[in-house]
Amino acid sequence: MAKDLVSALADLKEKEALEIVQERLKAGEDPLRILDDARKGVEIVGKRFSDCQYFIPDLVYSGEILKAVTDLVKPKVTKAAEVKRLGKVVVGTVAGDIHDIGKDIVVFMLDVNGFEVFDLGIDVPAQKFIDKIKETGSGVVAMSGFLTLAFQSMKDTVEAIKKSGLRDKVKIMIGGGQIDEQVKGFAGADAYGKDAMEAVKLAKSWI
Amino acid sequence: MEKKWEEMSAKEKRDARFADWALPKLPDGKDLPFQSPEAKAEYKTRVQRYKDVIELKKPDRVPIMLMATFMPSYLGGALPYDVMYDTEKLKSSFMKFMTDYKPDYYITPAFAGNGKIFDILDYKLLHWPGHGISKQATGYQYLEGEYMKPEDYPALIEDPSDFWLRTYMPRVFGVLEPLKMLSPFTNQWEPVLVGPSVIPFGIPPVQEALKALMKAGDEAMAWIQQIGAIEGALMAMGFVNGAGGATKAPFDYLADTLRGSKGIMLDMYRRPDMVLKAMERIIPIAIKSGAGGATMQRNPVVFLPLHRGADGFMSDEQFRTFYWPQLKAVLVGLINEGCVPALFCEGSYNTRLEYLKELPKASSLWIFDRSDMPKVKKVLGDTITVGGNVPAGLILTGTADEVKAYCKNLIDVVGKDGGYMMSNGTGMDEGKADTVHAMIDFTKKYGVYK
Repeated sequence: MAKDLVSALADLKEKEALEIVQERLKAGEDPLRILDDARKGVEIVGKRFSDCQYFIPDLVYSGEILKAVTDLVKPKVTKAAEVKRLGKVVVGTVAGDIHDIGKDIVVFMLDVNGFEVFDLGIDVPAQKFIDKIKETGSGVVAMSGFLTLAFQSMKDTVEAIKKSGLRDKVKIMIGGGQIDEQVKGFAGADAYGKDAMEAVKLAKSWI
Repeated sequence: MEKKWEEMSAKEKRDARFADWALPKLPDGKDLPFQSPEAKAEYKTRVQRYKDVIELKKPDRVPIMLMATFMPSYLGGALPYDVMYDTEKLKSSFMKFMTDYKPDYYITPAFAGNGKIFDILDYKLLHWPGHGISKQATGYQYLEGEYMKPEDYPALIEDPSDFWLRTYMPRVFGVLEPLKMLSPFTNQWEPVLVGPSVIPFGIPPVQEALKALMKAGDEAMAWIQQIGAIEGALMAMGFVNGAGGATKAPFDYLADTLRGSKGIMLDMYRRPDMVLKAMERIIPIAIKSGAGGATMQRNPVVFLPLHRGADGFMSDEQFRTFYWPQLKAVLVGLINEGCVPALFCEGSYNTRLEYLKELPKASSLWIFDRSDMPKVKKVLGDTITVGGNVPAGLILTGTADEVKAYCKNLIDVVGKDGGYMMSNGTGMDEGKADTVHAMIDFTKKYGVYK
């Protein structure tokens, strides 16, 4: 059996990954080092997704494996890990829309690419975006929407951000379902991203 | 002597179904009276146009299909809440839309769903206007869940109908929860078991559930009569229903309806054999469900919305293991029954096109959403009928001129030499008067074949 947690996770070997974690815990290893390896494995998953070797089911499965690893390790962690972050991004599915698959993939990809992500969830009212931008000082906002009703909702949210005086402090990207360049113009966003890799690229260029 | 149905070839069956389609009947079996001889001729022309493009021929002009759930009633002046709870409003708004816009084919107004039936049954799979979302909402929204648990696979595989009745229905309809107390109907196999087998029907909560079902049934009867009246009126005016039956890809049965996105994605890794076995059981059910609707409606078209096989939703290996072989089996099964599968490929299908070449030629319609249309035509133009793909974004936020330019390009490139159906790219809840008119009116003029 390979003893390498990083590659077990990257190759989506669930059973193997969990066995390694249990052995390493039994051997008294620092739990933060185990979590760090698991994280490296998931970063490789993200990279493979960017390279079109992995697809949505692979991301979802790796997320499940990571969760199982964290559940095993967490009780042994006594101090918080310090992770360096590239910057902050506020993410949410706009008001009226309850779809989360696309939004969750963007959150995942931003996270494994080193961003601190504030995930507001689904059906997010404009005010919640504004409050979070103020609270975190984040300079990047990513709005997701699957249904066509999201076109107007995104426009309303951008308007509300403008009214609150924050528009020139944030860059706004939109994506999901039927969103395209046309809708970007309509909503008054700064960019449209066709997939999660595009979201990472945009966030990197803006921070 | 006429051939028996089982002796007919797929092509003969399809021709027979098209002949039925061209001769609409009233529920009592008499010929449907048309509003005028012109309306009758228009109806026949529209059915012929559909037949021509399916056979990859050049029709008189590019046919026009509108992919929509609530768009017609929206543009006809009613909100989804209104039409889900008031069939008069459904009728007036739908008729107004069809009279104003005149697309060749429409998606049945039954797709709006009936809010009262959902209320009576306490349906869990959706939020609909006035129930979980605002009465002003522009559509309903799915609530994904694990309505089937991982440990339920053996029960589904063993006896799908029993699983549906005693496990699935109690989970998706709040008031039918007591049906889980029923015993399998197949337990009744000897006279001595007649008594015991009906015991569960004496349990008070089961009886309450059955009363609720009957109440929902009353509502459904009133509703379907109205739907029938609307469709009868539309046909009498010369419009043609875009589909007779509907079904799904076996993988989507599992993903959308039973296990949810996350559940099915994990199943592909954790219990792939179960997923494959379950789909083997679903294939004949999916064929029967689609073909049954087509027979009942005297309309050969069977609509299949495709969801989880799109680009990015799975790897190529997963597609050729879990999605394509089972979908192909359903399509071939439908085609052998003389039906015309009409598939809606939501999202993009650019990496899947080569697989579609395996299908029987000139037998199905595929409406694309975000796929590369010139590429689709190049790869598949001599295999399938291509439809689509005016984007929802363009229709809702663009101008009439932008829509015309988009349609012109589609007609020039994809519509060249026929085998093409003009359509918007996704089932829409909303619309914009000038752009929807532009799509339909421009195609009627520019799309004439010379």
